[in-house]
Amino acid sequence: MTLQPMETSDLSVAADAVHAVNPWVALAYLAAGVLFILALRGLSSPATSQRGNRFGMAGMLIAVVTTLLTHLPVTKTGGCAWPADCGPGVHWFDGVTFGEILAAIALGGAVGWIIARRIAMTAMPQLVAAFHSLVGLAAVLVAVAAFLNPGAFGILGMDGNILTVSRVEMALGAAIGAITFSGSVIAFAKLNGNMSGKPILLPGRHLINLGTLVGIVALTGVFTVAANAGPGENNLFWIVLVLSFAIGFLLIIPIGGADMPVVVSMLNSYSGWAAAAMGFTLHNTAMIVTGALVGSSGAILSYIMCRAMNRSFISVIAGGFGADDAIAGGEAREQRPYKSGSAEDAAYMLEQAEKVIIIPGYGMAVAQAQHALREMADKLKAKGVEVKYAIHPVAGRMPGHMNVLLAEAQVPYDEVFELEDINSEFAQADVAFVIGANDVVNPAAKTDKSSPIYGMPVFDVGNAKQVFFIKRSMGGVGYAGVDNDVFYLDQTMMLLADAKKMVEDIVKNLD
Amino acid sequence: MDFISILSIFVLACFVGYYVVWSVTPALHTPLMAVTNAISSVIIVGALIASAAAGSAGSKWLGLAAVALASVNIFGGFAVTARMLAMYKKKDKPAPPAEKQA
Repeated sequence: MTLQPMETSDLSVAADAVHAVNPWVALAYLAAGVLFILALRGLSSPATSQRGNRFGMAGMLIAVVTTLLTHLPVTKTGGCAWPADCGPGVHWFDGVTFGEILAAIALGGAVGWIIARRIAMTAMPQLVAAFHSLVGLAAVLVAVAAFLNPGAFGILGMDGNILTVSRVEMALGAAIGAITFSGSVIAFAKLNGNMSGKPILLPGRHLINLGTLVGIVALTGVFTVAANAGPGENNLFWIVLVLSFAIGFLLIIPIGGADMPVVVSMLNSYSGWAAAAMGFTLHNTAMIVTGALVGSSGAILSYIMCRAMNRSFISVIAGGFGADDAIAGGEAREQRPYKSGSAEDAAYMLEQAEKVIIIPGYGMAVAQAQHALREMADKLKAKGVEVKYAIHPVAGRMPGHMNVLLAEAQVPYDEVFELEDINSEFAQADVAFVIGANDVVNPAAKTDKSSPIYGMPVFDVGNAKQVFFIKRSMGGVGYAGVDNDVFYLDQTMMLLADAKKMVEDIVKNLD
Repeated sequence: MDFISILSIFVLACFVGYYVVWSVTPALHTPLMAVTNAISSVIIVGALIASAAAGSAGSKWLGLAAVALASVNIFGGFAVTARMLAMYKKKDKPAPPAEKQA
């Protein structure tokens, strides 16, 4: 794909006069695109990932510097580069100054940098959601700027209208950007606890959503073929924008907390498609390549998450999952006998074990128990116990959430295993140590066709000689709102306490 | 560039993205999201062009606002990715085959 023809001599399209850039500029954007590919490629292994991240930074630097070099001089013809340079009758605000651009970058950059340094690793899902909303909003602003001032983007046709194909790209970029923005704001509020993680179900929501989507598509179509589409002229653009903000909001409010991995991945994908749409408008290779990369990345992550829950993408987006746990759990909630134990019992039996597999879940993140957990694992390893970690693809609130938390607690990544790699080992394990997870170890996913989680791949913890299950109380159920037969197995010992406190107590008893 | 060449680049880049992302190890899916988030801020290119547009104060301020938003993401996204990736460590040494206590 790196060998696209560089000719920009097709003068049949008026706008190409503007896009007929210096081949070096096109090459620079291409280089940025290639560096972004290498950035993602680096993530195939933790060993190469840091270099990959630096490739990404280099690509961004090239893209920004190239744009500054090629576009800033243009403003000197309309205004002046610095207020001091302005001659009589020329307003410095006619064009942007270099100083203003640097100020905007410095302001945004400082905010981003400080947030990135200070954010707790457990808050990563909401941070990513917040960042997605910014990309979405930036895309909207750029699309609006292009709509108001198409000449600057080289998309103004000879007839005084915005080029037809650019209208599609612009409206799409604005719509996807708006959906990304409002959707991410809701996802952030749910993940950050500003808003309940419970699904909010409006009556007739499917009809409202479908109607709004159809409206967006239809109005975009009408806007594209409209006779009046000069700069800032056609109000349909604004209607599409408002509807898109609304649909982003409406789509995410009915989706519950544990479906957030899918939502965050989906919004990740949308932020990419928005960048790609604007790349089409600007004929910019770096933006198109990046948009395609990010778009596919988010789409693949959504797919992986859906597969790990055995749910279709449509059913996740339709929302409402986990809203009716009172009904689902109600009948099965007669008291069944279970065994509970203390930290002392658990410590004693862990010491005796040869192999322990730890299954962390979102509850570990909430309780911030990862450091205590690593301490426990260290103590056990010192006593000759083999310790492994087993991670379900949907554990936590975003893809790879548990891996980051364990890495933060300095758990070596070669002790951490994926579902399919470790599931057969439970038969040889003395203890399956479930901390803050529930649905991902529920055998109903294999046996009970009526269960909402039926078909979801789960850990076969029942094969282990013993199961320790850390849980706050017997009352709460997993996200899916179903009872878990593992609680009542003969070999299961419930450790009913706050996850962090319980693990710390076990650590004390291991001395 | 005409529309078809741009479309070709886009479609081929989607395929590149597809294969590259499948090769990402699941343990790094959170950093993957953070870094894709950072690079999708390449929208800053459009923001810079909008802000540099001559003769439109509206376009300029919209552009500058977008430059600031995208910068939050660029700096924040790459910095937080770097911070996460620095935490992924291999085992220091193979665990000594300690004697099992009776």
